[in-house]
Amino acid sequence: MGTLLKVQNLSVRFGERTVLENLSFELGRGEVLAIIGPNGSGKTVLLKALLRMVPSTGTISWAPGTQIGYVPQKIAPDRGLPLRVREVLEAKARMLGLDRSEVGKVAETAGLGRELLDAVAGLLSGGQFQKLLIAFALLGQPNVLLFDEPTASLDELSEERVYDLLHHLQTERGMTVILVSHDLSIVFRYATTVLCLSRGFTCAGPPKEVLTPAALETLYGATPKYYVHHGEPPQR
Amino acid sequence: MTAGDAYALGLAVLFAVAAGLVGSFALSKRLLLASDVLSHLALPGLGIAMLIHINPLIGGATTLVLGTLLVWHLEQRTGLAADVTIGVVFSTGLALGALVTPHEHLLEALFGEFQPLSLPAFLLGALAVGLIILFLYRFRDALVLSLISPELASATGVNLSRLELYFLLIFSLTVLVGLRFMGALLASALVILPAATGRRFSGSLSQFLLVSAAASVLAVLIGFVVGRQFFPALGLGPTIVLISALLFVVSLAFGGQQRAGV
Repeated sequence: MGTLLKVQNLSVRFGERTVLENLSFELGRGEVLAIIGPNGSGKTVLLKALLRMVPSTGTISWAPGTQIGYVPQKIAPDRGLPLRVREVLEAKARMLGLDRSEVGKVAETAGLGRELLDAVAGLLSGGQFQKLLIAFALLGQPNVLLFDEPTASLDELSEERVYDLLHHLQTERGMTVILVSHDLSIVFRYATTVLCLSRGFTCAGPPKEVLTPAALETLYGATPKYYVHHGEPPQR
Repeated sequence: MTAGDAYALGLAVLFAVAAGLVGSFALSKRLLLASDVLSHLALPGLGIAMLIHINPLIGGATTLVLGTLLVWHLEQRTGLAADVTIGVVFSTGLALGALVTPHEHLLEALFGEFQPLSLPAFLLGALAVGLIILFLYRFRDALVLSLISPELASATGVNLSRLELYFLLIFSLTVLVGLRFMGALLASALVILPAATGRRFSGSLSQFLLVSAAASVLAVLIGFVVGRQFFPALGLGPTIVLISALLFVVSLAFGGQQRAGV
């Protein structure tokens, strides 16, 4: 398993405010990295820095040939926008120079049926819109997926489906996944590595080794309640 | 109808197509009012050009481009709320325009005048419309992504700040094409109203673009006939805008895609 991502001394500052300081970590191919931490600890900023969407210092080295798919934190699209799901996906496909048939393929993988492809994007439910975002991220055959709180504001069933899909992409297609999550149960269940972010405190390693009650107390200021799944993740 | 009138009407129709298309994106980007302000920035340029006896369009184009850059810069650099920028730029542009425009030309500068066009002037206008359509075609995907989520667009490699500037410049070019016969106050109305009408009848972007452009062309054609017949002393601008508004009222009664959704 080769190294896919190497981050060294990464710092992000917005004016006087330092959001990330001297962060270093590595990620191997096929791993699932969960980024956890309290609100305002810089989880989303880290994803955006990895995507080079915010200015940063230090080095971020992706392995040659890395294709990134990004699923942002919940988006509230304008409900009045006359944009069909198909039009959104086709726009990205054209920008990447992909064949139109790719849209059908990613829609199928993400569970977007034909009727949803013809729906107005702004009128989709939370779970349906999340599928659109996943299909959007899958266009261009990425080998790494960045998920920013992929199940925020979804009901339990939709949340389960999203994580099943994510697990499927990782196991069946060998995708590397980086996800920001507040849900420690999910982190224990799916992540191979965890990166904790909090002001002045970082930790990295396998969840069961790193996320000790003491570490969680330092991270969140209290020990959060969570459930550790001991079985294998469900097969899709 | 003379050849000059035919060229003028031809360019008005081409302007209507461009205005409908640009308006659809401006409405979707919630930029209608911000863009509307730009058209008023042509007024000081028109006034100065009339004062020093050069082609008014050259003056209008100059202040339009400078104003566009100013609006874009204020948005990008100062972090001021959009309505603050709009308020400041709108009032300044209008006041400056009213001050420098010779009194006898003020009405013409504000509301336009339908004048016969020469073939070269028609061709120049048609070229501008071609540029506008080419831009929208070339950047339609980036615009679509920025509409659904600026973050997704940025992650896909769209330079949002540059796209915004290009869009504002294209909006200004559209206003410039319509400036002569719609005037500085009303040129942007044909960008706003047909798009508002088109939105009522559309469930997809392609429908939206098509209906907005059609509503705009219809307003110009009906406005031309009605204006020439009943209000020959006035420019065509006010008639065209009122016809556009009427089409919007009709769309309120018959359109409904926005509510029905899928």
